[in-house]
Amino acid sequence: MKSIKNHLSLVIALVSILFSIQILVIAERSIDTYKEKLANDYSIIVVSQKNLDASNLMQENAIIGKITSLSPDDVIKRLNTGMSKKNIELLKLTLPKFYNIKLKYYPSSSEIKMLTRKLLRKSSISKIENFSHSHDSTYKLLLLFKKVITIFSVSMLVVTMLLIFKELKIWQFKHNERMNIMGLFGAPLWMRSAILFRLSIVDAIIASFVSFILFTYIASDSWVNEQFEYIGIQVKIFDPLSDLLLLTTVSIIVSIVLALFIILGHKEEV
Amino acid sequence: MDKVIIADNLSLAYSDDETIINKVKFSIDSGSFVFITGASGSGKSTLLKSLYGALNPQEGSLVVGGVELRGVSNSKLNFLRKHIGIVFQDYKLVKEWTIEKNIMLPLLINGYEKGVTNNQVDSLLKHVRLKHQAGKYPQELSGGEQQRVAMARALSHNPILILADEPTGNLDDYSAELIWNLLVGANEQLKTTVMVVTHHIPENIKVDYKHYHIEFGRINEVN
Ligand SMILES: Nc1ncnc2c1ncn2[C@@H]1O[C@H](COP(=O)(O)OP(=O)(O)OP(=O)(O)O)[C@@H](O)[C@H]1O
Ligand SMILES: [Mg+2]
Repeated sequence: MKSIKNHLSLVIALVSILFSIQILVIAERSIDTYKEKLANDYSIIVVSQKNLDASNLMQENAIIGKITSLSPDDVIKRLNTGMSKKNIELLKLTLPKFYNIKLKYYPSSSEIKMLTRKLLRKSSISKIENFSHSHDSTYKLLLLFKKVITIFSVSMLVVTMLLIFKELKIWQFKHNERMNIMGLFGAPLWMRSAILFRLSIVDAIIASFVSFILFTYIASDSWVNEQFEYIGIQVKIFDPLSDLLLLTTVSIIVSIVLALFIILGHKEEV
Repeated sequence: MDKVIIADNLSLAYSDDETIINKVKFSIDSGSFVFITGASGSGKSTLLKSLYGALNPQEGSLVVGGVELRGVSNSKLNFLRKHIGIVFQDYKLVKEWTIEKNIMLPLLINGYEKGVTNNQVDSLLKHVRLKHQAGKYPQELSGGEQQRVAMARALSHNPILILADEPTGNLDDYSAELIWNLLVGANEQLKTTVMVVTHHIPENIKVDYKHYHIEFGRINEVN
């Protein structure tokens, strides 16, 4: 009973660490996905007096994903109040060219400014609408969201670490006694420490497994998925391969470091 | 005759301002049976601690099993300890291990194979009359029973030297006799050197022994 309790304290601490790490991963992933979605929705309109060389522009500005020219027909249709065909053709020639520029990814505010400035340097380009105002507020909201999640997870990590360091003293005391006795019968340090390492690796694996169950459950939860649907994105909450690998690695490293702390703090009593 | 312990000008202390054992000289023949007596606080446990290397001599030289213990290296000390069986005054059983596993410890450290280990533990459990308690944990046993576990553990790996700190302190006459028989048996059959700290030397003990008395930091041979 007592040994289960001892296992539990490390496992819970590890799960809590893994939980905050995975939350960070999910936040990062959601933001990336959301940025992609925003990038798809976002475009810049360019008005040019001459035809633009799309491939040249894309070469000069790596951020540009696609340039499509907007057909002037719509505009003309609206003006089409009994104009002769010849006049329409004339109008078509004099009308400036409209282009829609899509970006590869969702830009930061400064990236937009820079692109705008670069494009305006072309003499043919007369006007650019970059919708920077609405972009700014969305982008700032995104940054705020990321900051809040990061602060939340990092403070959770810090609190857990503090708890672990308090527990460490208890573990140290507990393991010290056994290690001492083994030492009195001539067990070398590696043998005295072996049990500790085995225990911490077992605990680390249990903790990764618990996190795996936890996040598999969360990933399948309809409420959580609905929230992402509201925002209009699809996010992989838990990747059973890469995420599990990450969590297991972190968990094993943390518990081995803790074991090392205990071993380094091991003193033979007189 | 070979000497298993040689102390020369040996001083023992926990701190610089209080010397417990003061510049003593003695030697113990290999295969002998030795009793150590002395008042409470005279330094009997302290002397044993120095013999298994838990207390570094303050002064002089202490050679046990051919190993100089003053400033001994960890690896040499571990090597020596593998061949010593200790019964501690406070038993020092591992709480989270069963009785069986506790007795097994020196055998595991010495790398005995499984079959030998199990046979040895089995026979020792019978000798100390704890066969039926094998799967229990130390805190589920009485003080006297724990003391018998400690004795079984000290004997398990057939050490060259047994250091026993009041091994019958908590036992009734019957159990005490059991312990004396085990120690005398190891001494006679395996030529194990036995050093026992006790308050009462049993009158009917069937072994030739030496008796040292500790008083005022000195170790004096009696009789
Ligand atoms: N770990 C320690 N640190 C400091 N002083 C100690 C320590 N252990 C024992 N002493 C002191 O050393 C002296 C001798 O103690 P020791 O335990 O050797 O006595 P003892 O002869 O075994 O007594 P007892 O018969 O009561 O077991 C005592 O005065 C004690 O206070
Ligand atoms: Mg004592």
